[in-house]
Amino acid sequence: MSQDLTTLSAARVADAVKKGEISAEAAAKAAFDRIERLEPTVRAFLAVTKDAALAQARAVDEKRKAGKPLGALAGVPVALKDNLQLAGVETTCASKILKGHIAAYDSTAVARLKAADAVFVGKTNLDEFAMGSSTENSAFQKTTNPWDSSRVPGGSSGGSAAAVAARFCAVALGSDTGGSIRQPAAFCGVVGLKPTYGTVSRYGLVAFASSLDQIGPFTRTVEDAALTLSVIGGHDPLDTTSAARPAPDVAAPPKDLKGLRIGLPLEYFIAGLDPEVERAVRAAVEMLESLGATVKDISLPHTKYAIASYYIVAPCEASSNLARFDGIRYGFVDRSASSLEEVYEFTRGSGFGAEVKRRIMLGTYALSSGYYDAYYAKAQRVRTLMARDFQKAFAEVDLIACPTTPTPPFRFGEKTDDPVAMYLSDVFTIPSNMAGNVSLSIPCGLSAKGLPLGVQLVADQFGDARLLAAARVFEAARPFPALQ
Amino acid sequence: MKQYELIVGLEVHCQLATRSKLFCACATDGFGEAPNSRICPVCTAQPGVLPVLNAQAVELAYRAALALECRLNARSIFARKNYFYPDLPKAYQISQYDQPFSEHGKLLIRPKGAAPKTVRLTRIHMEEDAGKLLHEMGALKIDGSLVDLNRAGIPLIEIVSEPDIRTSEEAYAYLTSLKEVIQFVGASRCDMEKGEMRCDANVSVRPLGQEKLGTRAEIKNLNSFKNVKDAIDHEFRRQVELVESGGRVVQETRLWNAEKQATVSMRSKEDAHDYRYFPDPDLVPLTAAPERVAALKASMPELPSAMRARFTSELGLSEYDAEVLTGDRALAAFFERAVLEAPKAAKTVANLLATELLARLNAEGKGADAAPFPPAHLGRLAGLVADGTLSSKGAKDVFARMWETGKDPRTLVSDLGLSQVSDDKQVLEWVTQALAANAKAAADLRGGKDAAIGAIVGAVMKLSKGKANPALVNKLIKEAVKA
Repeated sequence: MSQDLTTLSAARVADAVKKGEISAEAAAKAAFDRIERLEPTVRAFLAVTKDAALAQARAVDEKRKAGKPLGALAGVPVALKDNLQLAGVETTCASKILKGHIAAYDSTAVARLKAADAVFVGKTNLDEFAMGSSTENSAFQKTTNPWDSSRVPGGSSGGSAAAVAARFCAVALGSDTGGSIRQPAAFCGVVGLKPTYGTVSRYGLVAFASSLDQIGPFTRTVEDAALTLSVIGGHDPLDTTSAARPAPDVAAPPKDLKGLRIGLPLEYFIAGLDPEVERAVRAAVEMLESLGATVKDISLPHTKYAIASYYIVAPCEASSNLARFDGIRYGFVDRSASSLEEVYEFTRGSGFGAEVKRRIMLGTYALSSGYYDAYYAKAQRVRTLMARDFQKAFAEVDLIACPTTPTPPFRFGEKTDDPVAMYLSDVFTIPSNMAGNVSLSIPCGLSAKGLPLGVQLVADQFGDARLLAAARVFEAARPFPALQ
Repeated sequence: MKQYELIVGLEVHCQLATRSKLFCACATDGFGEAPNSRICPVCTAQPGVLPVLNAQAVELAYRAALALECRLNARSIFARKNYFYPDLPKAYQISQYDQPFSEHGKLLIRPKGAAPKTVRLTRIHMEEDAGKLLHEMGALKIDGSLVDLNRAGIPLIEIVSEPDIRTSEEAYAYLTSLKEVIQFVGASRCDMEKGEMRCDANVSVRPLGQEKLGTRAEIKNLNSFKNVKDAIDHEFRRQVELVESGGRVVQETRLWNAEKQATVSMRSKEDAHDYRYFPDPDLVPLTAAPERVAALKASMPELPSAMRARFTSELGLSEYDAEVLTGDRALAAFFERAVLEAPKAAKTVANLLATELLARLNAEGKGADAAPFPPAHLGRLAGLVADGTLSSKGAKDVFARMWETGKDPRTLVSDLGLSQVSDDKQVLEWVTQALAANAKAAADLRGGKDAAIGAIVGAVMKLSKGKANPALVNKLIKEAVKA
């Protein structure tokens, strides 16, 4: 095969490796050749694990030669967001406070990928502790958008999105707390799936906001997203919030979308939505209609409270989740401290970046005695109302279609001085985290400047397989140009 | 000087007797073992780990709650109690806050020198323990502190009483009864030396007759029942003197110093932590299904207080014997099975159990379930004493052989030829011989000196080689001298 192996989908690589058409080692080498060439510009990785990956790939090839059955992702190069634990490799969360911390165990999603014979190429860059929408909050480096190196890849899983867009790997895992998979997927022109809360075990994902966090894949095809979910999903006894159900199967796509009811939420097509984004999304909706779907307007009236309530719930949980980074057991410790109080102050003061500290303070304040009811309890009530909005909508429609982001990818520094402007870039993605449903961003065109745009498809809780099947029909009808 | 009333509420922590920790699979047997030898990613709070609730801990906590007549809530919530300390790896403790798993219990206590009374329990909740800081390694002082996380994540229940306790004796009695019940249902071993039972006391005073409660101080570091009693007495005097001299009691946490026999201020209300409790999003609500609660209730054993009442009223045991027997569930069960063999000799069974069996078991550090013979054997032995076949001395000998061989006491009696002679004719013959051989004692006895009977009995025993039934011997001597 003289073909560039980095252009293959994960499904194709696994199939070819199983049949012996290509070796896992060749697929890995192709990935590393491309990484060596383009990574100096993209800077998607915090760590490239080449030696381990090649050893892993050779072991997959040996297994095949020995006639043993291979897993669903045999030989597929996979990147991991650097907030996922991979035993023996540094997990930094792009934070100084975890610099040098070697993971003591595998996260469940990683262990399942290993068992499916995937090959780990490296750990990807992110906004520190997954807090941000541009990956500019990484303590270590800026990742550029592979479509335009003057622009951000989105965030917080910017490294994973960029790695898949740049064809450094076929699959990358990210985590999505308020849009951290879907927003960078839209910005980088790839598929990004946030599964239903509880579908993928959170064990081994460094927690940001436990009730919102969900692991999901970045891929270049919808089929690959479904394939990855079928590997990493399903109940895990180590995560008691994971749903007691098996992983969603890779459902064969129907031939058209006849009978599918699609809703357009009025609250998502508002002033402030970039006209180019709106046009592209409306064109995508027309395409869905031409495939047989019916379209109607719906209302999600509590959408306007999404950002405000999210920025109570997420920081409250974060303030508690990040308290363990105290300089006592692992990671960074400021040795100039001369008292216990100073160990905490100095270590956390210089170990965390500004955005992380801002959110820890927000959360600490909101949970304080006397404020709990006014903030946390109230935000949780709003959350219930948002979930009810979706329940009502899904009584009338099967899928919701809307923009993933209000704008195309923005430039570096454009929003770093204005946290609220940055927070607003997640306005369309946050509701799915608050309601715990499944949602996917899929490319739907390019802007006049040649920047990728995404459409978001949302389904009810545990409608993951149905959503992916419909998205495959759309994808087949409107293939998206891959980055050359 | 005004009369003051003491008001005490107690908060008791008991370690649930599970094999593994509350949220991970680490063993709970780390006491006295090498530091950090019972740890894993979960209980050391590595990034990304999640807690998984231990089902056995829930079972034991429920048993304790039912034994303390608490209501089990259909739904309860684990909450995070946030604060920084090096022995708390997550920087929050998983506990229960506004929705504990049980509430509204009560406990009958028997204070020394006073009538029994009921103390109400506010609530019981589940939580995990913290680790501990070491400031020395053996004799070696360390510059700084070391952290041992063997205890981190050990399952605890915290039992909170209403402020119903009015004397330090009542506090002592409360702890005694609480420990008894919790040990009895197997929820906790309550070994205070191993930190398996700990107590904090909320103490306040008010002028007698006043309804409003005074400001309370919380006393910590009470590591024995006696310390609790002493600290409460001391704190009562301190607060009364303070109020009498025109001062005001402030809400604060005080530490008991057993050496100095005094409490000292640790932190005031103003310095108290704001724990920022909120529901732990990593754990789903704990539910107690009605069927499960019903099944648990049905499986609960008879509790010591009820059993004691039955032992004294129905079986005629002394308070003391009933107390000893119900001190341990296995011992009580052993007793009850033994009594089935000798229904009319319950007191004798109790005597044999308390004097012979317990002495042997205690000497070897064993429990009743490790006795080398079945309970029925002890019952039969008691029966042999009750029907006069064996003297109490003979019973001792048979018991010793039973302990060694595990054999049935009836077999042993015939093997050893220990059967007591209760044959009137034979015994009368010995009595006649003894009276003849001890003329002086016989004359004294006839002259009204009752004490002289001892010498005659001794002589009969000598003649019978100890086999004469002593009661019969006494009776026949008295008849002989009267005639």
